[in-house]
Amino acid sequence: MANVPADLRYTKEHEWAKLEGDKARVGITAFAQEQLGDVVFVELPKVGAKVSAMKTFGVVESVKAVSDLFAPLTGEVVEINAELPKKPELVNSDPYGKGWMIVIKLANPKEWETLLSAADYEKLVASAGH
Amino acid sequence: MTQTPAPLKCTPLRDVHVKAGAKMVPFGGWDMPVQYTGIIEEHRCVRSAVGLFDISHMGEFEVRGPGALGAVQRVTSNDASTLAIGQVQYSLLCYPEGGIVDDLTLYRLADQHYMLTVNASNIDKDWAWVTEHGQGADWKNVSAETGLLAVQGPKAEGLVQRLAGTDVTRAPYYHFVKGGVAGVPCLISRTGYTGEDGFELYAPAERLESLWNALMEGGKGDGIQPIGLGARDTLRLEMKFALYGNDIDETTSPLEAGLGWVVKPAKGDFIGRAAIEKVRAAGVTRKLVGFEMTERAVARHGYRLLKDGAEIGVVTSGSFSPSLERCIGMGYLRADLAPAGTELDVDIRGQAHRARVAKTPFVPSKAKKS
Repeated sequence: MANVPADLRYTKEHEWAKLEGDKARVGITAFAQEQLGDVVFVELPKVGAKVSAMKTFGVVESVKAVSDLFAPLTGEVVEINAELPKKPELVNSDPYGKGWMIVIKLANPKEWETLLSAADYEKLVASAGH
Repeated sequence: MTQTPAPLKCTPLRDVHVKAGAKMVPFGGWDMPVQYTGIIEEHRCVRSAVGLFDISHMGEFEVRGPGALGAVQRVTSNDASTLAIGQVQYSLLCYPEGGIVDDLTLYRLADQHYMLTVNASNIDKDWAWVTEHGQGADWKNVSAETGLLAVQGPKAEGLVQRLAGTDVTRAPYYHFVKGGVAGVPCLISRTGYTGEDGFELYAPAERLESLWNALMEGGKGDGIQPIGLGARDTLRLEMKFALYGNDIDETTSPLEAGLGWVVKPAKGDFIGRAAIEKVRAAGVTRKLVGFEMTERAVARHGYRLLKDGAEIGVVTSGSFSPSLERCIGMGYLRADLAPAGTELDVDIRGQAHRARVAKTPFVPSKAKKS
């Protein structure tokens, strides 16, 4: 079964978001890292950058392929995971923990409700033919 | 309107791969394992121990009869007349215009009997080509009934020898012997696409699963792992081995690709000879080089190579090198800039990332060249 923590929300592009007060921590899901394979490079925005819901905020490269990262929510990047440039493999080994990517200060907290629930995301992954 | 894609072809081991946890992907019309545990881990297993690859998607054509050598000489660029029975040769099929139809390995099985091993995605094209242009000999497409496994790595020789009913050490690099491996009749070829010592084992398709299982079982103590196409690609890239469709194709000259060593105009006429000799006389304007990224960024097929902002070439292959832990690639570069050490940039999504032309192979070959 796919690893889909119940307390997170998701995008159909396989990012997760975790609400932390007026901010959200963002990464990619276990399913996404499994599909990508070994991650060798993560390109993140700078702290202070503005990101918009469902627009790209960065890039993740695996040995085989390059994929865009989509921001689940609109706001300002207030923190980035400084470990990832040195240890991109954290995205594979701990996608919901040490493999987090950015923290967004939300411009519009109501957007949270537009994200997929864990149950809905699980259905999406199941229908992706896994 | 959407077209229904043709169903993917399967090797005799497809279900074995799925059961072993492989991630399957379409490759050249085939349903193939891209990875089992992970590309980097599988890559390192081949470099340090031994890996087992199912490459049964490759095509095999046999050609025999009094006209066999003449037909082979006409369609291939290397000199097949120098081949002893039991010897293997890397060669090319070329177009009259000098581009490449495919690259292949040529086996001399017997006096008037050869086998060509060709790329999976080119089987139909190559078959049409050799039968049209290699007339006067008896061609047979044996791709479907021929299974092919590669056993590659420093522990490959020991493993294959333990299971073989013949002395496989008799076969030096680019030679083969025939014999049983775990009771399965094989053509045991000391060749590969990894830069490691090892073998490619041709066996009847219906016996391939028992050969695969025997090698996996017999190699347990060596740390054997099944290896997918992902690691096959990073292994060959570290050796700067060309991949048809990426680094060479109908638009590239063998001379630009650094494959002039398998073009032998002195042997007599062959398809493409005149065009290639014209290029040789004029000199090539671009060369296939290896480069390493000096920043952590991955160059991919089709990205532009730049010098001071001006386009000087194009990336044909690129990935992360698990052995060097750096990003490396191959590409066609203006000939005057091809020497190792040239600094250049790769245009990665609109940003220039620094790279340098490298000495190749990126990693020293350990294939037995004796």
